[in-house]
Amino acid sequence: MAGPASQTNQNTNLVGLSRADYRGAPSTLCQGCGHNSIAAQITAACFEMNIVPENLVKFSGIGCSSKSPTYFLGRSFCFNGLHGRMPSLALGALFADKTLEAIGISGDGDTASIGFGQFKHLVRRNLPLVYIIENNGVYGLTKGQFSATAEKGLSLKRQGTNPFTPVDLAMEALISDATFVARSFAGDPKQVKQLIKAAIAHRGIAVIDIISPCVTFHNHENSFHSYSFGKTHEEPLHEISLVLAREEITIDDFERGMTKEVTLYDGSVVRLKKLESEYDPTDKWQALHMLEDAANNNWLLTGLIYVDPDVPTLFDKYNLPDTPLNRLPVEKLRPSPESLELINQSMF
Amino acid sequence: MTQSKMIENDFCITFSTVNGSGSATANITLMRALFRMGIPVSGKNIFPSNIQGQPTWFTLRLSKKVYLSRVQDDDIVVVMNPATIDKDISCLVSGGVMLIPDDFEYVNPRDDIVIYTMPVRRLVKEAEIPPVFRDYIANMVYVGVLAYLLNIELESIHKALDYHFKGNEKSIEINYKVVKMAFEWAEQNLEKKDHYVASRMNGTEGYIMTDGNTAAALGSIYGGVQFAAWYPITPATSLAETLHEYLPQLRGDAETGKDTFAIVQAEDELAAIGMAIGAGWGGLRAMTSTSGPGLSLMTEYIGLAYYAEVPVVIWDVQRVGPSTGMPTRTAQGDLTMVNFMSHGDSQILILIPGTINECFEFGWKAFDIAERFQTPVVVLSDLDFGMNQWMAKKFDYPDQPMDRGKLLWERELEELLEKNKGEWGRYLDIDGDGIPYRTVPGNKHPQSGHFVRGTSHDEFARYSEEGDVWVRNFNRIKRKIELARESLPEPVYSQQEEAEIGIIASGSVDPAVEEARDMLGEEGIKTDYLRIRGIPFSKKVKKFIKAHRVTYVVEMNRDGQLSQLLTMDFPDVAYKLRKIAHMDGLPLPAKWVKQQILSGEEK
Repeated sequence: MAGPASQTNQNTNLVGLSRADYRGAPSTLCQGCGHNSIAAQITAACFEMNIVPENLVKFSGIGCSSKSPTYFLGRSFCFNGLHGRMPSLALGALFADKTLEAIGISGDGDTASIGFGQFKHLVRRNLPLVYIIENNGVYGLTKGQFSATAEKGLSLKRQGTNPFTPVDLAMEALISDATFVARSFAGDPKQVKQLIKAAIAHRGIAVIDIISPCVTFHNHENSFHSYSFGKTHEEPLHEISLVLAREEITIDDFERGMTKEVTLYDGSVVRLKKLESEYDPTDKWQALHMLEDAANNNWLLTGLIYVDPDVPTLFDKYNLPDTPLNRLPVEKLRPSPESLELINQSMF
Repeated sequence: MTQSKMIENDFCITFSTVNGSGSATANITLMRALFRMGIPVSGKNIFPSNIQGQPTWFTLRLSKKVYLSRVQDDDIVVVMNPATIDKDISCLVSGGVMLIPDDFEYVNPRDDIVIYTMPVRRLVKEAEIPPVFRDYIANMVYVGVLAYLLNIELESIHKALDYHFKGNEKSIEINYKVVKMAFEWAEQNLEKKDHYVASRMNGTEGYIMTDGNTAAALGSIYGGVQFAAWYPITPATSLAETLHEYLPQLRGDAETGKDTFAIVQAEDELAAIGMAIGAGWGGLRAMTSTSGPGLSLMTEYIGLAYYAEVPVVIWDVQRVGPSTGMPTRTAQGDLTMVNFMSHGDSQILILIPGTINECFEFGWKAFDIAERFQTPVVVLSDLDFGMNQWMAKKFDYPDQPMDRGKLLWERELEELLEKNKGEWGRYLDIDGDGIPYRTVPGNKHPQSGHFVRGTSHDEFARYSEEGDVWVRNFNRIKRKIELARESLPEPVYSQQEEAEIGIIASGSVDPAVEEARDMLGEEGIKTDYLRIRGIPFSKKVKKFIKAHRVTYVVEMNRDGQLSQLLTMDFPDVAYKLRKIAHMDGLPLPAKWVKQQILSGEEK
C-alpha cells in the first residue's frame, strides 16, 4: 500500500512516490526561518532515499523547532510531545516497532535546557533516531529569551547581557557516547541534506546540531546564530556526500588520499572530502579537541564530527523478536493457565 | 493456667528490632510457619526510611476469624532493640508477654505482664555460628523460644526456612540449629506463665502468602504488559522488580525464543512516563509504577495522554505525602490529585484494588480499560498492600479475553473506510460513544498516519485554535470518560439486615472496615458497606448513599478525599456523608474505625 504504482520516471523515486508524497502542511513559521529550510532538506533526503512515509515516524518536543514536523512527511505518524521530553516518548514508541525509521526534531531550549537529561540519556542508550536540534540560541515562541546555547556577552533588550558560556550540544553528545555527531548550518542546504541522509543511514543515535538562525528575534550580525555570521564564519570540515547502499559507487571528483570513507550499517558509504586538516571523524579524541579549538576561535565548524557505525543499538541489548512488538497477537501476550497454577504453587 | 483461659489463635505479636539486623527473616519465618499450621495471619512491617540501625517493628497477628487489619495493642512483644523498651512495654495489654534478651537493662513499671528473658548471646555462641552471621542469626533465638511458648510446630518452621532460603541447605541448617537450641533451652528453663497458644487449624486452605506489588506485577504480566518503564521509589520499587523477575520466564515466545516485552529503568519519572506513553501510543500495553513524588513528576505527561487519548497504565503505590513525607509509611492521600491530574479540566480513570487478589485482577484489567477508553488508567495501591505480606486466595486466571479496544491495522482501516464513505479521523467519533478509532505507528496504510499532539486538534488530528473545535473535541472526551462509570469494576456491596448506616471505603482500609462492622454488630449496630473500586463512581454509589440515613466514608488521609469526590459528584445527597479520615502512616485499626462510627452515632 505504498502509494501510486511504480511507474518510475524522473518525478518518482524507487518506491514510486513523488516529491509531493513527502510534503507536509504549509509552514506557519516566520518567513526566512532556518527551520523551514531544514524541513525542506528532510523532505528531499527522504524522497531521495526512497523512504516510504509510513515506514518513518516523527517526534518533537515543544518550541518553534518542534512545530516543524508538521511541515514535512505529512503521511508519517508523528507525536509532538512535551517540552524537553521528546527523547523518552521516542524511546517508548520505537519499542513498538523497531523497524521504523525515526526523526526527532528538537530545539536548543528543548534539548539544552529542560530536556538536557533526557537528551543525554537517550544518547547513551543509542536509540536509533535521527536527533536534529534546530539551534537558534533563543526562545522564539515566547518572543526572544536567551537559551542555554546563546553565546556569552550577547545582549537582549529586556534581559540585558548574557553572562554565561553556551552549552555545546555536539560536545555534550560526544561525551555521552553518541555514535554519530554532526553540526551544520541551515544556510548550507546541500550539507544539511547530506548529513540528514547519512544520519538516516546510520544505525544508532545520530545527533545533528544545526545552527538555524531566528530571523525575528535573534539575527544580529555579531551573533553565532545569525545568517550573516554563519555565511561568513562557516568552516566545513569536509565536503560530505552519501552513497546509498543500492547506488552504484562512482569515484569522480574525490582525489585519492584526500577522502575518508565510512561504511554505515546498511552498506551506505559516507564520503568525506577533506578540505584542509587531516581530520578523522572516527577519532573521538580528535573530535573533542577540534570542538574545543572551534569554540576558542569562534569558528562555526560544520560537517560530520564523529561517527562509529558499529556500536550496538538499544535494541541490540534486548532480545526482541523480528516481528514488531505491536504486531504480536494476543495469544502471545497472555501466558497459559498452567503457568499461573505453577506460580500459585510456588508461593508459600 | 487452665485450658479454658487460653487465648488461641487470636492475638498479636510485635517484634521490636533494629533495621538491618536480619530480623525480617526471623519474622517472616514465624509468619509462614503459623500460616503453614493453617492459622490465618497478617503482618505489618513498620520500618524507617533507612538501611541500618534505626528502630523497626513487625506486627504479626493471628486471627482465627481471619481479621487481617492492624491492631494497636500488643499481646506479646519481642524486644530486640534496647532503645525502644519503654515504648514497647507500654503497648502491652494486661496479661501480655515480653520476651527480652537477658543482658538488656531496663526498669519494668508494670506488674500485669509476663516477662521471659532469653540468653541470646550465650545460645548464639554455643551454636558456633561463624562470627559474620551471629548478629543476623541471633533473631532465630526468639523464633525458637516463641515456638516453645506458643506451641509452634518446628516442622513448619523448617518448611518456612526451606522456602525462604530457596533450599540452600547451609543457610537452612545454621538458622534451624539456633531455632532448635533455643526451643530446647526454653523447654528446660522456662515455665509457661502466659495464656497464649497457637494451634493447628484449617484456615489457610486455598490461600497463598504474597504481597500487593507481586500480585500487581503478575496481574500485569497476565494482562499482556509489553512495555514497562520505571524509576526506583519506595514503596513501588518491588513492583517493577517483580516484572524483571517474572517476565523473562513467563513471556518468552516459545516459537522464536524471543521476548514479547521490554522493560526500561528510566533516568527519572519524567522519562518513565514519557516512555510508557510513547509505547502506549505505539500500540503496546504499556505501564509504569511509582509513588507520590514520582506521580507528581508524571502529571504533565499524563495530562497529555488524557487529551491526546493515549492508553497507559500507572500504578501508584501510595505513601505519606506531600513532598517526601513519610516514604515508608502507608496512606491514601493521592486520590484527589490523581482524579484531577493535569492542568486544565481532566478526569483520570482510577482503579482501587481492595484486596491482594484485586491487585492481580486490576493488573490485567487496567490494560483492557486503558485501551478500550484510550486514556490513562491509574491504579491506586498503597504501601500496606504493596510491601506487606498478606494471605491471599490463589490467583485466578483472567476470566475475560484481552480487549484491545478500537485498534485498526491495515485491513480493519480499509474496511472502516469502505463502510464510512472513505472517512476516518483519529479523533472522529464514528460510533457515537465518544471513543474514536486509532491506528498506531507501523501501520502501512497510507491513510493511517496522523499527527498526535497536546495542542488543540480537530477530528482529523489537525492543529486548530478554533474555540468550537476545542469544545467539540473536549466534550467528546468527557462523554467517553462518563461512559466509563459503569464499565469500571463495580462497587462491592455488603448488606446487613435493616441497616440504616452506610459505610463507604476503598483500598487497603477494607480489612479494618470489615472487622469494625463485626465489632459494631456485637453492639447491636448494623451497617451496610460499599467498597469503591473505580472512579468515576458508578451510579450505584449514589443510590447507596441515598438509601441510608447516614454514610460514613472511611479513609487514610487528612482531608477525607474520597468524601470530597463523592460530595462533588453527588451534591444532592452529600449532606448524608460523614468523613472518617486519619493518616499517621500506619494502617487504620478496626477498633479506631468502630469508635469513630460509635461517636458519630452518639452525636
